[in-house]
Amino acid sequence: MCSHRTSSHQSTLQQQEVELTEFEKQLLNSYQGDFPLTPEPFQTIADALNTTSEKVQKTISDLLDKGVLTRFGPLYNIEKVDGVFSLCALKVPTQRFDEVAEQVNSYTEVAHNYQRDHEWNMWFVLAAESEQALEILFNDITELTGCPSLNLPKQTEFFVGLKFEA
Amino acid sequence: MGLKHSKQMAKEALAKKVMAATQTGLPICDRPYQVIAEQVGTTEDELLDIMQDMSSQGLIRRIGLVPNHYALGYRFNLMTVWDVDDSEILHLGQQVGQLNFVSHCYQRPRKAPDWNYNLFAMVHGRSEDDVAQQVETIQQLLGPACRDMAQLNSLKILKKTGLRIR
Repeated sequence: MCSHRTSSHQSTLQQQEVELTEFEKQLLNSYQGDFPLTPEPFQTIADALNTTSEKVQKTISDLLDKGVLTRFGPLYNIEKVDGVFSLCALKVPTQRFDEVAEQVNSYTEVAHNYQRDHEWNMWFVLAAESEQALEILFNDITELTGCPSLNLPKQTEFFVGLKFEA
Repeated sequence: MGLKHSKQMAKEALAKKVMAATQTGLPICDRPYQVIAEQVGTTEDELLDIMQDMSSQGLIRRIGLVPNHYALGYRFNLMTVWDVDDSEILHLGQQVGQLNFVSHCYQRPRKAPDWNYNLFAMVHGRSEDDVAQQVETIQQLLGPACRDMAQLNSLKILKKTGLRIR
């Protein structure tokens, strides 16, 4: 049972910090990357941390259940597979914010969407099959919402990652 | 070319299957790669090989525990945007990306006159002071090459779905 595995829509950002055991911290700090590519990876970790495979498996499973982990496994660079992505923003009048959020979220091509404290107050990631398709989609959203819009595809990726210390 | 070409195609097809099979993560059991291998119709050895390849090609960014950073107490997450001299953005962006509190760092296009920021850096901290200090660090690093900056706090997640692999 991993009810927290994916975040639900409309969730607010504030979430309680979870108390962690020393072992949980150790696992989190050591294996945000570098999970072993060996036939028995949990055993490999157990050997390194001087414990049992069962304990490692149970701990990871519990961390997923408690919502401390959003995921466990490989993280892909999806842009290397297919599709193009862009970060887009809208300047939405406050009184229309909920309505516009609904319009934008109704597109399956919209992945993340955040409200931010700036005159450009709605920021979302668009995914499409080609640059042309993305442009069409972006124009479509601009027209539908009637809001000033920005299409800001990345030009250079300097870094994506970061391990969070527990 | 024939044989080499078809071998390459088979590898790519297998890589796609592996991505689909691990989209929600790895199973937690003694031999998780064996389980995935069976699902995609290959052997455990071959699966480990291809995942190793996918890692070295950058298709897999990393394998491991993906924490919900809010649960680890990183409640202050800020999108910082900077107007950096175009002639210096490549080397400065690289340096900002290397800072240990920056999770994503990109160059994006300006959209004059509405939007003049060309460097985006997401920063994460456990307190408001942490984050203020981080912003200060970036500011000092950029020095006179930076003309202007803005901080965009996230107020609410309006939508969050994973980017899909077709």
